[in-house]
Amino acid sequence: MLKTLLVSTMLSLAATSVSAAEVVVYSARNEQLIKPLFDAYTKDTGVEVKFITDKEGALLQRLKAEGQNTPADMLITVDAGNLWEAAKEGLLKPVQSKTLNANVPAYLRDPGDQWFGLSVRARTIFYNNQKVKPGDLSTYEDLGNAKWKGRLCLRTSKKVYNQSLVAMMIAEHGAAKTEQIVKSWVANLATDPFPDDTKMLEAIAAGQCDVGIANTYYYGRLMEKKAGLPLSVFWPNQKAGGVHVNVSGAGIVKYAKHEKEAVALLEWLSSPKAQNLFADVNMEYPVNPAVKADPVVAAWGSFKQNPVNLAKAGELQAEAVKLMDRAGYR
Amino acid sequence: MRGNGWRLTATLIAVLVIIPLVIVLASLFNPEREIWQHLLEYVLPGLLGNTVKLVVGVAIGVTLLGVSLAWLTAVCEFPGRRFFSWALLLPLAVPAYVTAFVYVALLDFTGPVQTWLREFAGGPVVFPPIRSAGGVILVMVLALYPYVYLLARNAFLTQGRQALEVAQSLGYSRKSGFFKVALPLARPWIISGLMLALMETLADFGTVAVFNYDTFTTAIYKTWFGMFSLQGASQLASVLIVLVFALIVAEQMSRRGLRFTQAGRHTRMDRIVLRGYNAWLASGFAALILLVAFIIPVMQLLSWSAKVFVQDFDARYVEFLWHSLLLGGLSAVLVVVTALLLTYAQRQHNDSWTVAMVRIATLGYAVPGAVLAVGIVIPLAWLDQQLIGTAKSWFGIDTGLILQGTLLVMLPAYLTRFLAVGYNPMDSAMQRITRNLEEASRSLGFSGLAMLRRVHLPMLRGGLLSAAALVFVDVMKEMPITLMTRPFGWDTLAVRIFEMTSEGEWERAALPAVALVLAGLLPIALLVKHSEKSR
Repeated sequence: MLKTLLVSTMLSLAATSVSAAEVVVYSARNEQLIKPLFDAYTKDTGVEVKFITDKEGALLQRLKAEGQNTPADMLITVDAGNLWEAAKEGLLKPVQSKTLNANVPAYLRDPGDQWFGLSVRARTIFYNNQKVKPGDLSTYEDLGNAKWKGRLCLRTSKKVYNQSLVAMMIAEHGAAKTEQIVKSWVANLATDPFPDDTKMLEAIAAGQCDVGIANTYYYGRLMEKKAGLPLSVFWPNQKAGGVHVNVSGAGIVKYAKHEKEAVALLEWLSSPKAQNLFADVNMEYPVNPAVKADPVVAAWGSFKQNPVNLAKAGELQAEAVKLMDRAGYR
Repeated sequence: MRGNGWRLTATLIAVLVIIPLVIVLASLFNPEREIWQHLLEYVLPGLLGNTVKLVVGVAIGVTLLGVSLAWLTAVCEFPGRRFFSWALLLPLAVPAYVTAFVYVALLDFTGPVQTWLREFAGGPVVFPPIRSAGGVILVMVLALYPYVYLLARNAFLTQGRQALEVAQSLGYSRKSGFFKVALPLARPWIISGLMLALMETLADFGTVAVFNYDTFTTAIYKTWFGMFSLQGASQLASVLIVLVFALIVAEQMSRRGLRFTQAGRHTRMDRIVLRGYNAWLASGFAALILLVAFIIPVMQLLSWSAKVFVQDFDARYVEFLWHSLLLGGLSAVLVVVTALLLTYAQRQHNDSWTVAMVRIATLGYAVPGAVLAVGIVIPLAWLDQQLIGTAKSWFGIDTGLILQGTLLVMLPAYLTRFLAVGYNPMDSAMQRITRNLEEASRSLGFSGLAMLRRVHLPMLRGGLLSAAALVFVDVMKEMPITLMTRPFGWDTLAVRIFEMTSEGEWERAALPAVALVLAGLLPIALLVKHSEKSR
């Protein structure tokens, strides 16, 4: 036992060499959500997938520092804002692929073909169904209405999901109006913003507040654990722009050593075969329109997605952060 | 070695450690005007107040807890003293952000405590909000008091009792003897522990994030991840480094002209036996702190772990545990040896250059981990590039990355971050060795390394062990540098915690957290065993 451990440790002291049939992935999507896919891919094709996980900001800096010598072929991360930033920093390269263009709707991929969404999460409204009727709800903007005073819960503005939501609102309404909306939300808060979506959903269920905004998979996970909670999903802005969606996605690294293999893996990830696995493992929606969502997820109902290209979330993210600071949204 | 040799040694170590810091500080030459304007107007005013509140609160808290518990277990006798003397170190093994999460989960509106109270009262109840400045300070104090406790205990063990005897012979009462003699004599140790606690507080991100409490560090991360400006983030981090440096210099100045020496080797001493009411008060106090700082968090972690054990536990945990222990152990050795060289260099050659070098070399502990990790990766990648270029031009082979993603890189990276943790206990221990003793041994013909081995090391033992244990545990808990520099597929317990918490699956992070606590028991047990031996 100890001997094998020692041997493996010695091996890790030796640097990795470049071999043929492998793809090296840097991923900000955590291990338990990507490893099953890579294992399946290796079984299918014999191509080994080596990966390392870290926070997206750290991975981008690492890619930048490594430059041409990077071992990475593919970058996987959550939130379009991060994908956009990677493309802007010149870390990715455009990919011309009929397969990807067919599998990934245009608004969920980079107009410059440098990144592609692989799973969709909706950031939508949740409410306490013992205290709120779905008829009381209409839009994100309406959560700033005086009738919600002291009844709204939000996650912190420091999380990229909220930064992207506000960025997309700036794209739709302009900065001045968006700032008004965010200020009106802050005025309605029942309690300080929460560190994560799950805690916020629990607060709605416990009656600390009545409504809030969260990603669908957090709701799915929570209901799986505590089935009886009085929480329901509401799909806002159905007559206007649609529900705010975001993606987790991937791009090919500019200096990839196994470009062909990496593109093949990316195409496979967007294919019907992998899409269910990729999305279902985290209760997300497949990005590929030909693939049906997991039955549990599908049961939350169908809804109109906001079709504005997600690149906007990246372009306007810094502005969104500043706007939220000005509005006093912590 | 001559004076110059020591000076060179100190400089070399410092340069190695300082490179990442310099990379962070270099950002100051290119200010991000627009971002600074925004920060100054909307972000910093609120943050500064918050940060000051946090630092002052933690400083008072860890000093009170650390010093009082150290005095009780080092000098007094009460029921359970032997057990408490080592058990009170256990909270070191629980990462602060984990303690934070447990307490928010327990005490927030939706937690079991308030839910039960509401049911009991049949309506809304008034309960102090845990997500507040008070809550953050409380959790930080519970997580960080062991730094002060450990070092102050060393001080009191080596002379607390004698100090009291001296004081009593001068006609002081026991109480004023403690305040007038024992406490001032232990000052360098207490301050060293306090400095470590405060540096960690200033660099902390995980804990304040759980509370959504805005500090300097949260602004750094927001600037980097939210506004995509690593430049701006580094500038904020630089301000933090400068502040900490000022703090250290001020502390050094205040110590000027004071000399701390030891009143002879440690002798077996009679403890102050607490009786009756006082004895139980002491036991009760120690038990309470152990309960809230360690037992409650660990119980909660265990109950979460039990739920996910079947689903999450697999054979790989042996590997995670091994990697954590390996990194902790190797780093402890490396950091302690380096710190020893530094303290010794400073001792042999106490000019302002050496002192400055040593001080700068220990600043890495005050830099938020993720920022420092970037400062480490940049020079490494550059070095790799040179090596790859050389290999290509000399041998015509394409090697791929040579250094990055190997242990050869991880260990120096930890050294950069944790040198302060090794240096502070050692430096305070060195303060205790009298110049007369050195002169005496010199007259016996000892010098240089022989003196170090024969004279200093035996006397530095307590400081050395403390330093090793602290570094061991700290490295195992460390996240950003581990994530950034680990080899492919080479995960540790801290990496597992990251995987679970990065998408908010806190309950699932309990399993690796419990494993981490268990792993942390090992260095603490070793420390206790060896330090008890010399008593």
